[in-house]
Amino acid sequence: MSAEPLLRLDEIRVVLATKIPLDGVSLEVHAGEILGLVGASGSGKSLMALAILGLLPRAATVTGGLYWRGRSLLDQSPAVLRGFRGREVGMVFQEPMTALNPLLTIGAQIAETVRLHTAATRAEATRSAANALVRVGLGSDASWLARYPHELSGGQRQRVAIAMAIVLSPALLIADEPTTALDATTQAQVLGLLKEIVRDSGMSLLLVSHDMAVMAAMTTRLAVLERGRIVEQGPTTAVLEGPQSAYGRRLLDAARLEPRVARVEAAVARAEAPLLEVSNIVREISLPRRSPWSRPLPRRIVDAVSLTVSRGEIVGLIGESGSGKTSLLRLILALDRPQSGSVRLSGEIFSSARGADLRRLRRQIQIVFQDPYGSFDPEWSVERVVAEPLNLLEVQPTQAERRSRVAAALLAVGLSPEDARRYPHEFSGGQRQRIALARALISEPALIVCDEAVSALDILVRAQVLALLEELRGRLGVSFLFVSHDLQVVRAIADRIYVMFRGRIVEEGETTAVFAAPRHAFTAELIRSTLTR
Amino acid sequence: MKIARRRIGFLAGVVITTLFIAIAALAIVWTPYDPAAIAIVHKLQPPSALHWLGTDQLGRDELSLLMAGAKASVGVAFLAVLIGAGCGIPLGLLAAARPRTIDELVMRGNDLLFAFPSLLLAILLTAVLGPGAWVAVVAIGVFNIPVLARVTRAAALRIWTLDYCLAARAAGKGAALISWEHVLPNILPILAVQLTIQFSLGIVAEAGLSYLGLGVQPPAPSWGHMLGDAQTLTAIAPSLAVIPGATIVCFVLGLNLLGGGLRARRAA
Repeated sequence: MSAEPLLRLDEIRVVLATKIPLDGVSLEVHAGEILGLVGASGSGKSLMALAILGLLPRAATVTGGLYWRGRSLLDQSPAVLRGFRGREVGMVFQEPMTALNPLLTIGAQIAETVRLHTAATRAEATRSAANALVRVGLGSDASWLARYPHELSGGQRQRVAIAMAIVLSPALLIADEPTTALDATTQAQVLGLLKEIVRDSGMSLLLVSHDMAVMAAMTTRLAVLERGRIVEQGPTTAVLEGPQSAYGRRLLDAARLEPRVARVEAAVARAEAPLLEVSNIVREISLPRRSPWSRPLPRRIVDAVSLTVSRGEIVGLIGESGSGKTSLLRLILALDRPQSGSVRLSGEIFSSARGADLRRLRRQIQIVFQDPYGSFDPEWSVERVVAEPLNLLEVQPTQAERRSRVAAALLAVGLSPEDARRYPHEFSGGQRQRIALARALISEPALIVCDEAVSALDILVRAQVLALLEELRGRLGVSFLFVSHDLQVVRAIADRIYVMFRGRIVEEGETTAVFAAPRHAFTAELIRSTLTR
Repeated sequence: MKIARRRIGFLAGVVITTLFIAIAALAIVWTPYDPAAIAIVHKLQPPSALHWLGTDQLGRDELSLLMAGAKASVGVAFLAVLIGAGCGIPLGLLAAARPRTIDELVMRGNDLLFAFPSLLLAILLTAVLGPGAWVAVVAIGVFNIPVLARVTRAAALRIWTLDYCLAARAAGKGAALISWEHVLPNILPILAVQLTIQFSLGIVAEAGLSYLGLGVQPPAPSWGHMLGDAQTLTAIAPSLAVIPGATIVCFVLGLNLLGGGLRARRAA
């Protein structure tokens, strides 16, 4: 490490309206190191990355010192800062879809970065773009340059974003949650790529994330940010093994989800007839015709899937995005009808039920969605939202009954009855998931299906919501079918798991058994990429 | 800066639209003179204290004619929008909620209606039914249906993909109830913009039909008539053409500012 750090933040303080999102942050990034910046959402991580790049909203005032190779950046003109961004510092954002312009080919977008910052000709810029794409592992084939963002998968898009950030060989790369939006296996590949690029080119990397496992695998030094202050920093191993700050310990505890021990009661419960029994269910969709004359090709998105959930059991369903998990859920909830196979609830056929039977059976099963923002009608109050499934009751409750049931449901998920009068947008992500759970509980179902219910939450909140599910199971005897792409979460909560791959169930068993000895190659790959980062 | 200018536009739209509708409402009970009262002696007078906007070739008070004309224009455009909304919005909701086949049926029916030039069909309609204010209402209203059906369907389809609609289905609610409780309230802002635009188009269409003698029938006053009557007199009394023309432009501008402002507020 050289004496003068590459980047030095000295008591940086950002004031935005009445808030102080960054309150005296001091940090150094040295040449060639990977520094991790970890913190819960709202701790100011992303804002810090923007402050370094001089991209804060105009309303923000920054005080303190920000030095690049000893030169102050705060008093530079916008033109100098524009040169600094891209040339000296590259940036990779979380959401690969919105970071790319959908109307331009990826070649044009990378070449544009080159031409903005150098005197390169169009041909030279295109050549640099092609080289950058090779460096991020997207073949040397020239056709890559001509592709549009929508033709690429999430992982490929993130590789393009990385190519754009490194094409000018900056000295520092800032990556803000670069893999949070990706699947476990893709995540591992992209992180591996980042590490390799940084090592090969002697670049420094400032990696912003809330994921402790990512940090452990990638970084040499770690800084913990809490509400705009750095509460702890030091070598990664030291911080992870013995966090000094209370906040660091909390973050680590929340991240280290304990694998669950198979429970005896669960095994007993399974001896009875299953609550949910899915047998050989098939769902096909027709692909668009290639020409007006050809017949539409069917595609099986759920291919002869069978699974069971017993009373009081938490069952995990793992699979990558696009593996058919969500389609399967829609079949289980009788929102779509299967082409063949059946779904039974307590022995009664649910998948082809109609009218009064359908309504009666629906009472047994409810759902919690991933997106704590899209799951509520923005025009509805919490009371109306939570009370919606009461529609399933044969006798509609009176206004007073309705109110008391909503209050009871809110209490059950740790909210207060007064919250009923507020609107969902007034709540945080974790609280919204509690509202969603209250809505699912109000019709007193036997089974709640959770579709990536904690994936959008940050780790502290995630731990709380998982604990709540466990508590509800214990107290109310509700079963859960817990769908996720996150193995750690599923391992922490599920008694039994199913692994879905390309529309089929490829593996099932006790959680501990599957994790100890996966039988299918896909499961093994998934476990390896999650747990050995 | 930009936001401030947009706000001014929106406010101007609100003020102009309210003013015109108030004038139309006032004309129902009161106008300075009887708009039908002919006084050849006082024909083609310039603006004066007695006749603020002068008189026309038959000595009728121009201001009273304009006010009474506003009543006809606003009335016809409003009823036409009502017809369009009354049929178009339910059709759009139905197309968005129902299986593919019904969706196709509704939308292809729409295309059929779209395929005819609206003025031509209005002329055809008046040829069959005879001219009159009600025929104008129906002719303009029918052409509001496909536009509103299409806008409703597109907006509703987006709402249907959201999780809260799935949750409502899991709560056992049917397509009609979900359309009413969830979809419609959430697309109302979009519809408000479109309804304003259709209203302004209705004003222009009514004036056009009356100008051709196919809408409101004389002696009932209408802006289109005033324009038509003034046509032969442009050399001697240009103000008779300019005044109703400017009135139409001003009202339509106000409605469009209102519509644009609503859209901007929704986007913000």
